[in-house]
Amino acid sequence: MSLRTFLLGTCSAVVMAGMAQAETLTIATVNNGDMIRMQKLADDFTSKNPDIDLEWVTLEENVLRQRVTTDIATKGGQYDVMTIGTYEVPIWAKQDWLLPLDNLGADYDVDDLLPAIRSGLTVDGKLYAAPFYGESSMVMYRKDLFEKAGLTMPDAPTWEFIADAARKITDKSNEIYGICLRGKAGWGENMAFLTATANSFGARWFDENWQPQFDQPEWKNALDFYVKLMNDAGPPGASSNGFNENLSLFQTGKCGMWIDATVAASFVTNPDESTVADKVGFALAPDTGLGKRGNWLWAWSLAIPAGSQKADAAQKFIAWATGKDYLKLVAEKEGWANVPPGTRKSLYENPEYQKAAPFAAMTLESINSADPKNPTVKPVPYVGVQFVAIPEFQGIGTAVGQQFSAALAGQVSVDQALANAQQLTTREMTRAGYIK
Amino acid sequence: MARNVSTRRKLLTTAAAWTIGILIFFPILWTFLTSFKTEAQAIASPPAFLFFDWTVQNYFEVQSRSDYFKHFMNSVVISFGSTLLGLMIAVPSAWAMAFAPTKRTKDVLMWMLSTKMMPPVGVLVPLYLMFRNTGLLDTRVGLVLVLMLINLPIIIWMLYTYFKEIPGEILEAARMDGASLAKEIIYVLTPMAIPGIASTFLLNIILAWNEAFWTLNLSAARAAPLTAFIASYSSPEGLFYAKLSAASTMAIAPILILGWFSQKQLVRGLTFGAVK
Amino acid sequence: MATLHTRSAARLMIAPSVLLLLAWMIVPLSMTIYFSLLRYNLLMPGMEEFAGLSNYTYFLTDPAFFQAIFNTLAIVLGVLFITVAGGIALALLLDQPMFGQGIVRILVIAPFLIMPTVAALVWKNMFMNPVNGLFAWLAKLVGLQPFDFLANAPLFSIILIVAWQWLPFATLILLTALQSLDEEQKEAAQMDGAGAWSRFIYLVLPHLSRAITVVILIQTIFLLSVFAEILVTTNGGPGTQSTNLTFLVYAQALLQFDVGGASAGGIIAVILANIVAIFLMRMIGKTLEA
Repeated sequence: MSLRTFLLGTCSAVVMAGMAQAETLTIATVNNGDMIRMQKLADDFTSKNPDIDLEWVTLEENVLRQRVTTDIATKGGQYDVMTIGTYEVPIWAKQDWLLPLDNLGADYDVDDLLPAIRSGLTVDGKLYAAPFYGESSMVMYRKDLFEKAGLTMPDAPTWEFIADAARKITDKSNEIYGICLRGKAGWGENMAFLTATANSFGARWFDENWQPQFDQPEWKNALDFYVKLMNDAGPPGASSNGFNENLSLFQTGKCGMWIDATVAASFVTNPDESTVADKVGFALAPDTGLGKRGNWLWAWSLAIPAGSQKADAAQKFIAWATGKDYLKLVAEKEGWANVPPGTRKSLYENPEYQKAAPFAAMTLESINSADPKNPTVKPVPYVGVQFVAIPEFQGIGTAVGQQFSAALAGQVSVDQALANAQQLTTREMTRAGYIK
Repeated sequence: MARNVSTRRKLLTTAAAWTIGILIFFPILWTFLTSFKTEAQAIASPPAFLFFDWTVQNYFEVQSRSDYFKHFMNSVVISFGSTLLGLMIAVPSAWAMAFAPTKRTKDVLMWMLSTKMMPPVGVLVPLYLMFRNTGLLDTRVGLVLVLMLINLPIIIWMLYTYFKEIPGEILEAARMDGASLAKEIIYVLTPMAIPGIASTFLLNIILAWNEAFWTLNLSAARAAPLTAFIASYSSPEGLFYAKLSAASTMAIAPILILGWFSQKQLVRGLTFGAVK
Repeated sequence: MATLHTRSAARLMIAPSVLLLLAWMIVPLSMTIYFSLLRYNLLMPGMEEFAGLSNYTYFLTDPAFFQAIFNTLAIVLGVLFITVAGGIALALLLDQPMFGQGIVRILVIAPFLIMPTVAALVWKNMFMNPVNGLFAWLAKLVGLQPFDFLANAPLFSIILIVAWQWLPFATLILLTALQSLDEEQKEAAQMDGAGAWSRFIYLVLPHLSRAITVVILIQTIFLLSVFAEILVTTNGGPGTQSTNLTFLVYAQALLQFDVGGASAGGIIAVILANIVAIFLMRMIGKTLEA
């Protein structure tokens, strides 16, 4: 055998091996509509990258969070791409659990990302996760009901106006409830809404020394306001309503107003799903004149666990899923109203999108006005608008959420719920060593 | 006259039993019906019972999103594998405990049952680390092992109580005839033990099929069974009752059908020594 | 001697399962005990240090701890009561001659075959939901305000769902036991002029006692660690009204990712479960010995 044939043979063997060794990326993601769509459109990615196979693990939000957190903390290595939120990114990046995304390709255009979102995913100047869709919260309201009641919704309402309007619109005998708000316990459910709302009332979770602040009048005002408003103008069973329950209430025409995630706007204006699609108006989340509005900021984002053997392929996938071309692809296949919102400036400058999505301007303004690094009226030691970006928050937030949910259900008084919240938060924070 | 009364009584019993039976079954029936509705119909008020536009759209949607067959096969392998493996280990033990009992037999049995009292979440992290180190994460082998272990006490106990009811005299007679241990097992015990083994087998298939904590937490993509399949349809953003119903129907149908077809065998041995 | 031969063979036959279960118990248990003495949070690696018994005091002083014990017992007792009483009634009914007995049995057995997660999801969303649920619709039909089950009666709702799943199991075992009751005995009692009620009290119930203990024993093992149903429906709330011990451990383990605290909670739960087990064994031992 001559050297040449040997070399040729080796070369072709190497090439063959390279071809045969298609890499398989395991992608863990949430079962929300936009992610399902990504999964359906993923053929576009695999046809452009025939050497990469995709395996999907699509799970309900809470289960997914448990799975990926256990896996990344134990370095289990089950997933190559993980879908995580703005809560996890700063915590995980600090532990060096995530790979910085510095190889997303020349045409990715990182500067096109909305600054508020990008800053939430950046730690020490490095981007650790790429936003798939972003959201803030805003008021969605029924224009027809407002007209009937002789009310006009300002673009930037106050809580006082909202409460007044909600009580006026309520018509319980016809199953019209003035306002639908989250009540189901969970740090990502009622506490997302209540923490953001409390911010607008001047409240904060902790002072600069990590002392819980539930014993302060601001929290009492906020919670009192919420419970009274919901008792007067909310739907029955509000303490078990989360995003979904309120969505179906609003879609079936039972809510006058709903303050929730901006992504809901495309659901409530979709005539296939919503009976009130052509009657919905939008406004900024309310305030009390203290300088902060009650809107949050969240972005479901794609990240790569550190130590991944398939980092290059994973970055390629993330660049595809969060890039500009993906937005065009969705628009082509499903229409502009269905593209994942809230991540890129260029989308909001696109006249076609503006035409297809009547909620675009309000969404953008809401996102831009949220500031995770400076979320409250008084100074705080933490990052995050509707959460506190410390590892202990999931547990504490959910336990406090349970208390507030019980207050809404009328099983404990507002004062009692706040006292319990203060006690349990102090207990956990002491154990975790924040309170010396 | 007497006959008339008993027919009337029979009709009454029939009516009562059917009403209760249908009430108990209703949630499953309702899930099945909802799986053929559109999402909007699924939450419509007043609800539609039979008169709606039946659609199989949900099933197509579910199948296009997640590979049902893959999850189904994983469930089959995991539940059958763990049950068969468990039986292989349990049959000799239960046999020995039933026919050659010692003073400690009862204690051993009770101890075995008590291992089932550990709350799984308490040991998740230790087990996850062990699985990671041995490369068992997201493998069928790993799940077969875990499910075998958590169900082993029940298997042993069920077999033990069943074997104990096999009269000892038969054994003695066989021994008198000079039958060896192996012959004793094959020719005398096996025929009598089959119903008990069959129903133990069925009960454990059911338990393993429905186990949702370990199967969900120790699997990712490759070994994920139907419990993980369900977790991708519960509570997304937006309406989901119809799709959840379709996915639920697909996940429970195989075990429901198996249970129905084999209910005689299941019930025959499902006595745990309770009948005497 | 044959017996000696049999004895050693018997030992050999028991060995694999004993060794396996021993390993299955000891390895995770000793790791759990070890972790329970550490300050160990999964989300803050590199900070593990010996913590003495502080995890235990922390878990035991949890304001929800006693409520969790109460709820655990309430779920076990509530479900046992419904399934045993309902199971006896249903078994008596199914034991009567009727048309289509086989089909009724198939209908009744079905809930036992359903995944707990699916059962909980279906009950929560399609029945108990105060807006879209069937119960709400029924309430409105008769002019009542829909009752919000999971917010106003969380523990009761969970007991109801779990009892629905276990009723078939109890019914089947009790029915099998009932069918083994001697026809002659029944007829003799009837001849003696015993009424239906006294026949039930003096003949049927004593005959069923063994089956009832078995139902109690098996179900208790599973009911002590009810989890999926709580996670799916109420998440332990509102407040901590439907938190049981398993759920409390879960909150430590998978919400806080506090491995130390969760391990301590796990050990405490094992100890408490074994106390319950000892009681049970006493009770069972008496009945099953006979």
